[in-house]
Amino acid sequence: MGMSGFEYAPAPESRAVVDLDPSYGLFIGGEFTDGTGSAFKSISPATEEVLAEVHEASAADVDRAVAAARHAYERVWRDMPGRDRGKYLFRIARLIQERSRELAVLESLDNGKPIREARDVDLPLVAAHFFYYAGWADKLAYAGHGTQPLGVAGQIIPWNFPLLMLAWKIAPALACGNTVVLKPAETTPLTALLFAQICQQAELPPGVVNIVTGAGATGRALVEHPGVDKIAFTGSTEVGRSIARAVAGTPKRVTLELGGKAANIVFDDAPIDQAVEGVVNGIFFNQGHVCCAGSRLLVQEPVYDEVLASLKRRLATLRVGDPLDKNTDIGAINSAEQLARIRELSDIGEAEGAERWSPPCELPDRGFWFPPTLFTGVSQSHRIAREEIFGPVLSILTFRTPAEAVEKANNTPYGLSAGVWTEKGSRMLWMADRLRAGVVWANTFNRFDPTSPFGGYKESGYGREGGRHGLGAYLR
Amino acid sequence: MTRLPVLKTYKLYIGGKFPRSESGRSYPVSSPSGVVNAAQGSRKDVRDAVVAARAAFGGWSRATAYNRGQVLYRVAELLEGRRAEFGRLAPDVDEAIDRWVWYAGWTDKIAQVAGNANPVAGPYFNLSVPEPTGVVGILAPQSSPLLGLVSVLAPAILTGNTAVVIASESSPLAAVALAEVLATSDVPGGVVNIVTGRTAELAPPLAGHLDVNALDLAGAPVDLAASLEGLAAENLKRVVRRADPEPDWTAEPALDRVLAFTETKTVWHPIGV
Repeated sequence: MGMSGFEYAPAPESRAVVDLDPSYGLFIGGEFTDGTGSAFKSISPATEEVLAEVHEASAADVDRAVAAARHAYERVWRDMPGRDRGKYLFRIARLIQERSRELAVLESLDNGKPIREARDVDLPLVAAHFFYYAGWADKLAYAGHGTQPLGVAGQIIPWNFPLLMLAWKIAPALACGNTVVLKPAETTPLTALLFAQICQQAELPPGVVNIVTGAGATGRALVEHPGVDKIAFTGSTEVGRSIARAVAGTPKRVTLELGGKAANIVFDDAPIDQAVEGVVNGIFFNQGHVCCAGSRLLVQEPVYDEVLASLKRRLATLRVGDPLDKNTDIGAINSAEQLARIRELSDIGEAEGAERWSPPCELPDRGFWFPPTLFTGVSQSHRIAREEIFGPVLSILTFRTPAEAVEKANNTPYGLSAGVWTEKGSRMLWMADRLRAGVVWANTFNRFDPTSPFGGYKESGYGREGGRHGLGAYLR
Repeated sequence: MTRLPVLKTYKLYIGGKFPRSESGRSYPVSSPSGVVNAAQGSRKDVRDAVVAARAAFGGWSRATAYNRGQVLYRVAELLEGRRAEFGRLAPDVDEAIDRWVWYAGWTDKIAQVAGNANPVAGPYFNLSVPEPTGVVGILAPQSSPLLGLVSVLAPAILTGNTAVVIASESSPLAAVALAEVLATSDVPGGVVNIVTGRTAELAPPLAGHLDVNALDLAGAPVDLAASLEGLAAENLKRVVRRADPEPDWTAEPALDRVLAFTETKTVWHPIGV
């Protein structure tokens, strides 16, 4: 590991806790049923081994799932006292805590993320999210968003935080009295299917939660289904746009949580070591597969050399490799397709004149890997400064004045998040006020909590998830 | 000898000024004194109005809530003084005045109602506040030329948004008269821009404009509403759909339209010594 000087013995987390079936059907009406679409395989991106076979839900399968959700909505869930809906959600929260090791290992296997993050970030937040919204179920009248559910929610989630995004979607929807049809991403369906088993274990009434696996066509069938009252989507801005077009002229309600190109702004008075830790967390957490990642570093000129040197020193200590090793900092890129996109944009960065740097690091032979990467000499017009790379790639720019930092930070069609590092309180509040982003992390980055609303400005989408505000997406 | 009256030219309201349409066109509309010509705005006028609205956004959104409240209350004061004139142009003048008063009072309260502290599980200060979305495109209600207009305009601008309004096509004169009130009531130029003309011609360039952040389809023609919403998807505008049947604008107002054009910003900061 280059200059770190430390040698680590392997510290693998045991996979024995995960007991996968060779094949999974669709979870509709409380049972696993065969789909009519074709089968596809979910693989481990770290090794390319096949983990299990799942089935692509056809339009007919989606129709069945929506019918099951409608039935459960009208017969059971809508009119159930909030207190009892809450109790089911509390049960689910407890079951997630009890089975958190199993879920964390499976998440790491299917997604490629380090077990340390799945165990210490994803799973605690998943359980907390269900706990938080469980408590709202019988208190909706106090939230200021109306008290009536919308009906059947079609929910489509991405592959970067599979179970956490499921929790962000399902917990508030159910608390408010809606039923759901959820489509997990095609590369990471397995924890959602394990969650379906948890719903069975919690004796959740059949049809309240339905899980349909598949890719874009399945998602489209769900979005366009006339029996769906609400669409909640997390994913790319491009797909978000197509969803907004598809629902135009319908009565469907929509919330969209889309892409980002967040600025992480370091002023010359910031504590540099803390700021560098925050910058590293901001872009290399979860391999940079984070919509709110701090993918543009804006450094005030007087501390540019110091920050860059410190950043390079820190990157050299990051451990890239086996996601199930408890010492791993950076795991596998989620898919061959995503790896190709990261490579393409990085190559474009070089071609447009930015300078690329990665610490020396050995990457495994099999699986999908990309080293932590910095680009210096980046200008605002470079594609790596404008487009979401969704990988462990940081573009570094500089600024002189606070006004210039604001101007550059806001110079993007996105507006999901931003970070600011300064010890001066009045400047921090001035910056926070002017940054056009839904989440501003001041002297921190990538913090999440079920009580804290999350969502974007501009082309990062609309609606909020989390907190009291998150209820607004599921009530009228 | 009877006095010969001075007639008025009905113009657009863009960036605090009263230009004619750059197209040079006008179209006939009925007024209390017979048929008159209103400016028939063009796509270019819409684009100019968006530029003016964007330019005004920084100052208006950063004005204090107290200041915005004072300015909007001033609009009610000036309308009160011109009740007779407005009474000839539209019904519900008193309700329209009272609506300005109602919304003016919200400027320094909305953050307290729509924002809150978040008790996160960690040593962080965490606060969510509503902020204005940006430039809002508004298709004013067609059949309620004053009260309907105020009921969609005031909630959009009170939080700091700026607006481009397409006035009621057949009854635009109340909107033009309101522009004269806005121009003399300390509302900064560009905060409200009003374009008169053919809705079907003006609405698509507004709905598809990439520097417009949100769209109120209150007055969208029924056959155009879906395609306008589709155009708005291009840059993910926040859209308030056309209601069917048309809302009763005399009914008690609510916060829906205020909140539809706000963004929730959440700020985290560590707590420590």
